Amino acid sequence: MKVVYQRPKSLYNAATSYCPGCTHGIAHRLVAEVIDELGIQGRTVGVASVGCSVFAYNVFDVDFQQAAHGRAPAVATGIKRVRPECIVFTYQGDGDLASIGMAEIVHAAVRGENITVIFINNAIYGMTGGQMAPTTLVGQKTTTSPFGRDPKLQGYPLKVSELLATIEGARYVARCSLHNPANIQKARQAIRKAFVNQVEGKGFSLVELLSTCSTNWGMTPQAALKWLEEKMIPEFPLGELRNEEGPVA
Amino acid sequence: MAESVLMKGNEALAEAAIRAGCRYYFGYPITPQNEISEYMARRLGEEGGVFVQAESEVAAINMVYGAAGAGGRVLISSSSPGISLMQEGISYIAGSELPCVLINMARGGPGLGGIQPSQSDYFQATKGGGHGDYRLVVYGPATIQEACDLMAHAFEVADEYRNPVMILGDGMIGQMMEPVSFPDRPEKPRLPEKPWATTGNAGRKSNLVSSILLDPEQLDAHNWQIQAKYTEIEKTEKKALVLYGDDSEWFFVAYGTVARICQSVVNRLRKEGVKVGLVRPVSLWPFPDYAFDQVVDRAKGFLCVEMSTGQMVEDVKLAVAGRKIVRFYGRTGGAVPHPRDVERRLRDMIAGKVPSVTDYWDKVGGVRA
Repeated sequence: MKVVYQRPKSLYNAATSYCPGCTHGIAHRLVAEVIDELGIQGRTVGVASVGCSVFAYNVFDVDFQQAAHGRAPAVATGIKRVRPECIVFTYQGDGDLASIGMAEIVHAAVRGENITVIFINNAIYGMTGGQMAPTTLVGQKTTTSPFGRDPKLQGYPLKVSELLATIEGARYVARCSLHNPANIQKARQAIRKAFVNQVEGKGFSLVELLSTCSTNWGMTPQAALKWLEEKMIPEFPLGELRNEEGPVA
Repeated sequence: MAESVLMKGNEALAEAAIRAGCRYYFGYPITPQNEISEYMARRLGEEGGVFVQAESEVAAINMVYGAAGAGGRVLISSSSPGISLMQEGISYIAGSELPCVLINMARGGPGLGGIQPSQSDYFQATKGGGHGDYRLVVYGPATIQEACDLMAHAFEVADEYRNPVMILGDGMIGQMMEPVSFPDRPEKPRLPEKPWATTGNAGRKSNLVSSILLDPEQLDAHNWQIQAKYTEIEKTEKKALVLYGDDSEWFFVAYGTVARICQSVVNRLRKEGVKVGLVRPVSLWPFPDYAFDQVVDRAKGFLCVEMSTGQMVEDVKLAVAGRKIVRFYGRTGGAVPHPRDVERRLRDMIAGKVPSVTDYWDKVGGVRA
């Protein structure tokens, strides 16, 4: 008998609080695998945001701080400045990062804070019950855009990664998707790069992960994965948007 | 004690914080406290510390949350509108039981208000300020020297009780210059172990800094545990200075810079033989009610003077508890009570006269019966 797969050391043996079919679990596992692989569990500090991942500290076996809505990059800044030897990452959704926390994420990138950001984009507010997010697609129905997002009333989806990729202090910005195994492997490589950058002192690194919310999209998990691939990826193209080799000069 | 140097209040406080072992400062520009940030920007690097100018007061207080959670000795400063923006973060810091020191060099409000000294943030500072059941330990220094002397103590109280502590100054404390002497350096700041801090879980179980407790029973227990801590603070941290407590019949009650105005009036009236004294709360929360118990029997009344429309006067009334009369005189929005009017108000009170402020030298100002 040979062990071909096991729970990463950096995850507790605990059930998550996510809905069936949610891709948060995959994202958590990828982050934990990278932490294990780099051997940094004992010096990693996570920052949980407000949203479905508010209880991320019940899943990751690393030190954690729970941040106010949108403020995770500021909290991470405080931690990293006191403990530069620690590997600090935030785990934020699109409501948290792209709406209420827009100033904090932009300025953490501007300062080139040497932190890693995992950004879950599922085009909706999950925790609060399916309200419109800045990333909601045109025409997408949510509880607060019941007739579909209308650009004349609610504007167009916000492309955070493209925006952050224009900032000098951001050293690595990539968008990946969690809708199938091939893309999950690519996401894993991007997350690894975003953590290695921090270990090497290069500066701000962010990975956006296109994710599903079958509960609030009102779809089966399978249909949600298909919707992500067919609707979200054309709006949010995948790839490395910024990849600077050296640290900020 | 080292020799005295002439320093601006804001800079003296920043230096006092560094000497108290503070190595992390986060801030955002706002008048009249910018010299604190500017001083920290120059000095903290020399001490191996970190200064960050945040993108907003909201970000700054959350950097404090992260830094305090990671075990740093952290200072943040602002002035009234900026402190309002920080209230959510302060609530999180209190709820997560993290230590830090905040300075509010208060200015006139509400809204954008003005930039002149004010005491109209007393309610916000002493009654919680943000959401939820919590308190800050609040000190209201009257001189730059006292503010500096309180700084090391503020950090120690913050660490001991894992609770935010506020130095509530005003634009006057921040902007004026006075001689100040700092304790000699060799005395090493007391920096306690912080086994709860997020420093990486190597060799121990993972630490969590959080204020979320969705289970009502747990949240209730957490709240009462915090309250028990406040009960302890009330036993040890109440502080007031009483002037002429032994023979006075009338007492001014004032804190911070206004207490100095009242003190000058006391000195003048005493020369005339008026038996007047001063109760000066130094800790604003916990409120030093014991000082009133000491003098209330022989007192005929208390005149509370504030640079507000009457905020601390409510705590004075609670402390006096109907045993004697309590009256009020205040100026707001940066207008400073004139000694002549403070004196006039006391004379009116002694005479049992209903005052008319149009008789006053400044013709304005608020009185409360």
